[in-house]
Amino acid sequence: MNLNKTVLVLAISAVILMGCSEDDKDESLIDGTQNAASGINDASTQGFKNGSGLSGSEMNNSGMYPNAGIGPEFSDPNNPLSKSTIYFMLDSSQIQDDFVPVIAAHAQYLLGHSGQRITLQGHGDERGSREYNIALGEQRAKSIASMLKVQGVTDGQLDVVSYGEEKPASFGHDEASWELNRRVELIYQGK
Amino acid sequence: MSFFRVCLLTGLLGFYLPTSFAEMTIEITEGVQSALPISIVPFAMQGTAGVPVDVSFVVDADLAHSGYFKTLDKQSMPGRPSTAEAVQFKDWQALSQNYLVIGQVTENQGQYSVQFQLFDVYKGEQLMGYQMTSSAADLRRTAHHISDLIFEKLTGKRGVFSGRIAYITSNRVGRQSNHKLEVSDADGFNAQTIASSGEPLMSPTWSPDGKKIAYVSFERKTAAIYIQTLATGQRVSVAEFPGINGAPSWSPDGGKLALTLSKDGNPDIFILNLVTRDLTKLTKSSAIDTEPTWSPDGNNIVFTSDRGGKPQLYKVSSQGGEEERITFSGSYNARASFSPDGKSIAMVHGNGSDYRIAVMDLATKSVNVLTDGRSDESPSFSPNGSMILYASRKGGTDYLSAVSSDGKIQQKLMFNGNEIREPAWSP
Repeated sequence: MNLNKTVLVLAISAVILMGCSEDDKDESLIDGTQNAASGINDASTQGFKNGSGLSGSEMNNSGMYPNAGIGPEFSDPNNPLSKSTIYFMLDSSQIQDDFVPVIAAHAQYLLGHSGQRITLQGHGDERGSREYNIALGEQRAKSIASMLKVQGVTDGQLDVVSYGEEKPASFGHDEASWELNRRVELIYQGK
Repeated sequence: MSFFRVCLLTGLLGFYLPTSFAEMTIEITEGVQSALPISIVPFAMQGTAGVPVDVSFVVDADLAHSGYFKTLDKQSMPGRPSTAEAVQFKDWQALSQNYLVIGQVTENQGQYSVQFQLFDVYKGEQLMGYQMTSSAADLRRTAHHISDLIFEKLTGKRGVFSGRIAYITSNRVGRQSNHKLEVSDADGFNAQTIASSGEPLMSPTWSPDGKKIAYVSFERKTAAIYIQTLATGQRVSVAEFPGINGAPSWSPDGGKLALTLSKDGNPDIFILNLVTRDLTKLTKSSAIDTEPTWSPDGNNIVFTSDRGGKPQLYKVSSQGGEEERITFSGSYNARASFSPDGKSIAMVHGNGSDYRIAVMDLATKSVNVLTDGRSDESPSFSPNGSMILYASRKGGTDYLSAVSSDGKIQQKLMFNGNEIREPAWSP
């Protein structure tokens, strides 16, 4: 090793210093820092103007009977239509027997109300990787879609979206919360 | 034990401080036995205006947090030399210090000249010396760059202190959450929000040139993949098909994006050419195929599939072809991240109840479980391959952690906000 005892005086600016490390990629980061104040603000406001967030109506929907606004049968506890969340076992998208009558009731309602559209919102618990849980949530929503379609509901009345573990119903980190989070929510879109 | 105190303190502070003050603090929970003793003498300050950043303090923290070095506390220092002539090597030898760093910061009309020298204490020789100039705003990055230079000189490995990390945070009030995609320095400072939404944001991934980030946003109540340029904040939507638009991963040449789409019925891996916008379907199984990641040579893609019943990792040529299962140990292996040399992958490794970060040597298929958490996820290799950044949770608190690829060094990067996850180390 050549041990130079004098200070290597490199009168270079920090920008060039970063740039000289390997190639010019560090320089771009410096550019990013300098432009950050304006550029980043633009993105949040401009880019996300259409981001709808949790709207007021969805807040109302998060009550006990999310589809109550659709009709009185959706808030009658004796009517299976009042049930709008289907729960699943760990790492499974199989519909459990208890929920078959609930799904059948929604199928009948949709058949009788061809103008109604429903979103099947699939979710998972927090365990495991996030994108895999997105896929699992979609499988759950699609298994309900299949059951609805077998009973005559058309694709035109169905939307499927999976949020994976990103929108938990319960925020705990235990089995009790996980059970509540492995679910599909049936959300009527109204007219 | 001191770690828990730090946890508590940052947790309480997080309660009272506005989020703009939220910062990460790094705690080394385990270091290498052979950490090199090094003294970073506080740099001398010259000039009329103050110095906004304590450069030597930042260098000291970087090196100490790496786990490779043991720095000497200021009170134990036998002197505060700032020039080579003032160094008494015997004094530092008496304290068993292998290396010594001295320096000066000189302010002149708003510009700062930073000079430092690194010495081998036993040989009494200079190993390295630089002078660099910096604006006030860039002083922190200059300090990180000094750390990189010292680290590389003494370990032979590229330093990663001047890198950045991207990650997702969520701030929940009642049932409403605000999700942010943030980018900060590798030590958690200078955090900037580059996107925010009331709906989930996911899966940030850096372009190979470090200028752009691809991510998933549910801002329109369905998933879409965006590519955002950091410098300008401009972004474009590159995938907005019916169903899943997820798990973006950049090809090493930057020209393509591997991603997961379910538009044909079930989740499959696709390759999107970012220049021509051509979309090619890579996997065609009827099971879940997701979480693609490119090998550093661009030849292969490793992805997660449950075609065998449980999630495991599979490999396929990026040109398409036979799909080969590569993980066999453990009931759950997912979310692969290649080491920069392409010889190993980090992954989420589940045994039924716990999910931990493991590294698999691709040649021998041997699996080394590096962490001991219950829900460790989202591993991301540092650009020099020495550390793996990941998301962890203990006692309901989310934080980022890093572990060396041999498992010997553990860092906890605390965060005093709410939820933090999906860290991605910049190239």
